[in-house]
Amino acid sequence: MNHWIILPIILPLLSGLLLLLGGRWAQSRKRLLSLLATAALLPLAVALLLQVGDGSYRVYALGNWPAPYGIVLVLDRLAALMLLLTALLALPSLWYATRGDDGHSGHFHAIFQFQLMGLNGAFLTGDLFNLFVFFEVLLIASYALLLHGGGAARSRAGLHYVLLNLTGSSLFLIAVGVLYGITGTLNMADLAQRMAQAAPSEAGLLHAAALLLLLVFALKAALLPLYFWLPSAYSAASAPVAALFAIMTKVGVYAIVRVYTLIFGAEAGVLANLASEWLWPLALATLLLGAFGALAAGTLRGLIAYLLIISVGILLAGVALHTTAALGAVLYYLPHTTLVSGGLFLLAGIIRGQRGADEDRLGSAAAMPWQATLGVLFFIGAIAVAGLPPLSGFIGKLVLLSAVAPGPQQAWLWSVVLGGSLITLIALSRAGSVLFWKTTGGASATVTLDRQQLLAATLLLLAPLLLSLFAAPLLAFTEATAQQLHAPRGYIAAVLGAEGPLSLVATQEVAR
Amino acid sequence: MALLVSLLIGVMVTCGVYLLLRARTFAVVMGLIMLSYAVNLFLFAMGRLAATAPSLVGLTGAKDVAADPVPQALVLTAIVIGFAMTAFAVTLALRANSELGSDHVDGAAPDSSAKESAE
Repeated sequence: MNHWIILPIILPLLSGLLLLLGGRWAQSRKRLLSLLATAALLPLAVALLLQVGDGSYRVYALGNWPAPYGIVLVLDRLAALMLLLTALLALPSLWYATRGDDGHSGHFHAIFQFQLMGLNGAFLTGDLFNLFVFFEVLLIASYALLLHGGGAARSRAGLHYVLLNLTGSSLFLIAVGVLYGITGTLNMADLAQRMAQAAPSEAGLLHAAALLLLLVFALKAALLPLYFWLPSAYSAASAPVAALFAIMTKVGVYAIVRVYTLIFGAEAGVLANLASEWLWPLALATLLLGAFGALAAGTLRGLIAYLLIISVGILLAGVALHTTAALGAVLYYLPHTTLVSGGLFLLAGIIRGQRGADEDRLGSAAAMPWQATLGVLFFIGAIAVAGLPPLSGFIGKLVLLSAVAPGPQQAWLWSVVLGGSLITLIALSRAGSVLFWKTTGGASATVTLDRQQLLAATLLLLAPLLLSLFAAPLLAFTEATAQQLHAPRGYIAAVLGAEGPLSLVATQEVAR
Repeated sequence: MALLVSLLIGVMVTCGVYLLLRARTFAVVMGLIMLSYAVNLFLFAMGRLAATAPSLVGLTGAKDVAADPVPQALVLTAIVIGFAMTAFAVTLALRANSELGSDHVDGAAPDSSAKESAE
């Protein structure tokens, strides 16, 4: 068996445990260990991506228990892409954090590693209950990271975030329970197989379970009625934590893509494509309201948090279209928006440090000593995130808009995405001009700029340049990923074997 | 028995949701606890309710009924996670109370409710 697949989970787990044991170590030692462990994830993710780049699946049976009785980890193109994205985002965020934001309490690095473990596990697992467990791992780590540093604002936002997610976890368990009660399995591939043969009499309960799952994932992804926790939580978190959290909403998007193409996809019989009718209007409304939120935001961090919500709207609108071309565009847009949002959060942290008491409030203040450098970076980030040519945001949106067939869907998508982009552009121009031009008086000489923090933010903001340069091979890859997702038989065959153990499960059902 | 268990779960979920929608953190945390109890029972019941089923197949020779071990394993996991999360929520609620000076979930009671209580 290929043991490489479990390393993205084991490595952060072990380094996190080591960091917990060494709670009294010098900060420099903890930083080094944490950075090394996070940096090691990067070549690992690349190696895993190369393994499955040809469209094959790698299945890892934990404890060597065969599926569907044991838990399996499944590596396919999408999982490998998400692993790589996590590693790419985590390293600059952690680097930024080692420049001072990891102080206050001794366990920042341990919790950061557990967060990575939860993220990687959620992307790799092929078992619905195991997905719940990894969600909990990443959530409890995110609670601690969000509250890291303390303060009233963090407590207030953290309370909402924690209580909402705890409720979401309960709903997740109810959905898992219903699915298990009806199908007798929790393995995603096996569930997919059973869903295709579900009797119409069971459709009602299965439908309820599927929509409950959608509710839980939509809460994680911050879809329309469930996004109100996000702006306050993300703008209360410290800069590196907010940057890492840029991928947290994408976990929800990933779960929606995985579950609603594999289990409740086109081949799910009576339940085929049931998420689309909900996702489509809600995603468009999320996009629009997020754009208005961005326009109304009073702080730079609040503005970036709303940009995340807009990106979720775009991604899920593409997912709801249920075509390979649209999904391919979405999967190209996903790394772009995650990395740029992360970079902008880091940049907002730097700007906040530069403006002293005015923090990142969008109002006139004393000029920043490093005005020009920060301005250029903000300009790049703003162009990328608003989707202006020539950067990758434009390419992603263009491919998505051209992927929709003519008809009412096209009219809706074009008008909402383009209108939303215009509003985003206005919000960003206003924020940029207030921050960098509408200054009162000269720069104070006492403020210093941490070059390493600046470099970390720059690394993330360079991502759209690279994504644009290599747009053709990347789009070919994401297109292939979308094709793989829309052909779940390959996944099922890889996990359960060519014939599938349905007969085994069926006899068990009779015995029951 | 099925009716009794489902009624029990239903009542607990109702109480849990009602408490969750309250404005004070203590009630909300109690609601979360109620909800997680109900969810645990629900998961357990998903293995089918049978009072006399042996936990292992073949112990009594009756091969047709045996307790399903998977929901039991799921419930154990859910209990552990739920317990840890509840402890975290309690700690956080206490911390928010001391830092914000109020046990309201928004950190401070909105003005309207203050006016109402004044009237």
